[in-house]
Amino acid sequence: MKKLTPYLLASPYLLHFGLFVAFPVVFSVVLTFHDWNIIAPMRWVGLANYERVLKDRLFWQAILNTLRFLVVHIPLQIAVALLLAELLNRTIRGASFFRAAFFLPVIVSGVVVTILWQQLLGFNAGLINRVLVSLALPRVSWLDDPDVAMYSIALMATWKNVGLYVILFLVGLQSVPVAYYEAADLEGATEWQKFRHITLPIINPTIFTVVVLSTIGGFSLFIEPYIMTEGGPLNSTLSAVMYIYKQAFQYYHMGYSATLGFCFALIILFVVVIQKRYVEQENG
Amino acid sequence: MRLLRYTLLTLAALSFIYPFIWMVSASLSSESGLGDLVLLPQGFTWANYETVFTKIPLGRAFLNSAFVAVLTTGLVLISGAMVGYALARMQFAGRNLIFYLIIFTMTLPFQITLIPNYITMVKLGWVDTYFALIVPFALNSLSILLFRQAFQSLPQALIDAARIDGAGELRIIFQILVPNVLPTALTITILTFMGLWNEALWPLIVIRDEPTMTLPQLVTLFSVGGRAEGQLGVKIAAAVMLALPIILLYLFFQKHFIRSMASSGLKD
Repeated sequence: MKKLTPYLLASPYLLHFGLFVAFPVVFSVVLTFHDWNIIAPMRWVGLANYERVLKDRLFWQAILNTLRFLVVHIPLQIAVALLLAELLNRTIRGASFFRAAFFLPVIVSGVVVTILWQQLLGFNAGLINRVLVSLALPRVSWLDDPDVAMYSIALMATWKNVGLYVILFLVGLQSVPVAYYEAADLEGATEWQKFRHITLPIINPTIFTVVVLSTIGGFSLFIEPYIMTEGGPLNSTLSAVMYIYKQAFQYYHMGYSATLGFCFALIILFVVVIQKRYVEQENG
Repeated sequence: MRLLRYTLLTLAALSFIYPFIWMVSASLSSESGLGDLVLLPQGFTWANYETVFTKIPLGRAFLNSAFVAVLTTGLVLISGAMVGYALARMQFAGRNLIFYLIIFTMTLPFQITLIPNYITMVKLGWVDTYFALIVPFALNSLSILLFRQAFQSLPQALIDAARIDGAGELRIIFQILVPNVLPTALTITILTFMGLWNEALWPLIVIRDEPTMTLPQLVTLFSVGGRAEGQLGVKIAAAVMLALPIILLYLFFQKHFIRSMASSGLKD
């Protein structure tokens, strides 16, 4: 009995792992070789699903949309988070208020943030265009222009998540010994030189964390474009998860959807490994 | 320089807070007063909330969300403490294997398991039931790892003393050890509850039946489908209902929210 105790205690995990991790992973690989609409029996199709992925322009457009999202979202997120963290790091009074304010969008549902931003980004009545007009700048068609819509969503995602990265950067900045800056001051270093040669190397691991988390978050983008634009205009905000979802739950192409999911997971893995390589080289 | 710093911080803080204030104010404004961007409602009215409650079963969805989030969070705490304890304080064959499986699970993109998990729900007959919303989330890898780490740091004497008093393993875990790692338990509670309350994709997949729908799901369908009929105030009122509980919790537990998210490095 005594020998069994640890296994009994671990049994919820083993059950859960079997049912919701091991089975789905194995079954999804099996599924990629089949054509199946859930109702009719599964039909073996060999590599046909994979061939179809390669020729599926909509899937590659969805990947491209995600890359466009990431290209704006990641640098913007790092820049804004670093700036806010740097400002907070030097100021003492009211710091906890500011920190709490920046963090507010992080905790709220993406559904809420999206509904909110739909109004902020409106062409005529939206707050952002009103500000632009009052500054004598032209209105931007944030959500109706296929060349712009994905970047608008990237802007929104930055607003939603940046508070979390401000906190992470703050932790990083506070680990820089003050003596380093004092020494640099004696040498007559400029603010930029101090940032480039003292701050940046120390917070580099945090930057990598932000890049990886933003990449994974960007790749799992679904609810924001689903509510905001439903993938339009002209599929310019169709995300990969949205496309996988549509193939499965609108067209009931279960085998093909599983294949898309599998290929997409490989792409994510590839991108994250490359990022890791790059960062290690930078540090090496 | 100092002034510039405060000005920038204040502007930034405003840009994060103001939209939420506008949202609450807009939800209490009449449709004609809605275009304004002021802080107080224009033509104050509860009509938007009345419409939301009559048009969609928002009250029911609210209770569904609360029920699912509270129950599942409880289960995550129980299962996390049990598995975490086994991994932290017991010797058994396969312990390292389980540890590596947990790490593997955490790095697995959910896109792979999405469809097979749905099929599992179909085969178990759980589609359109609370089981589909609760069971897959009743255990999570992060809570096991956090409990494991917290339990490892406790002195063995605590456990030995309880054993001498004749306590069983479950009593040791839940009456002796968990009360000693309350900050960890709070972190897990906050992260789990928040994730569950905000989750929209999974309910969209496994629930088609309106009385079982969760709040974020219903608000999503309401916004995407035509039922808001272009009535902006109604849509925003639904969003306020979804945001309010988590914001209230946040105002109470602000420090813990920030600490738990920062220490886990998680998002969404």
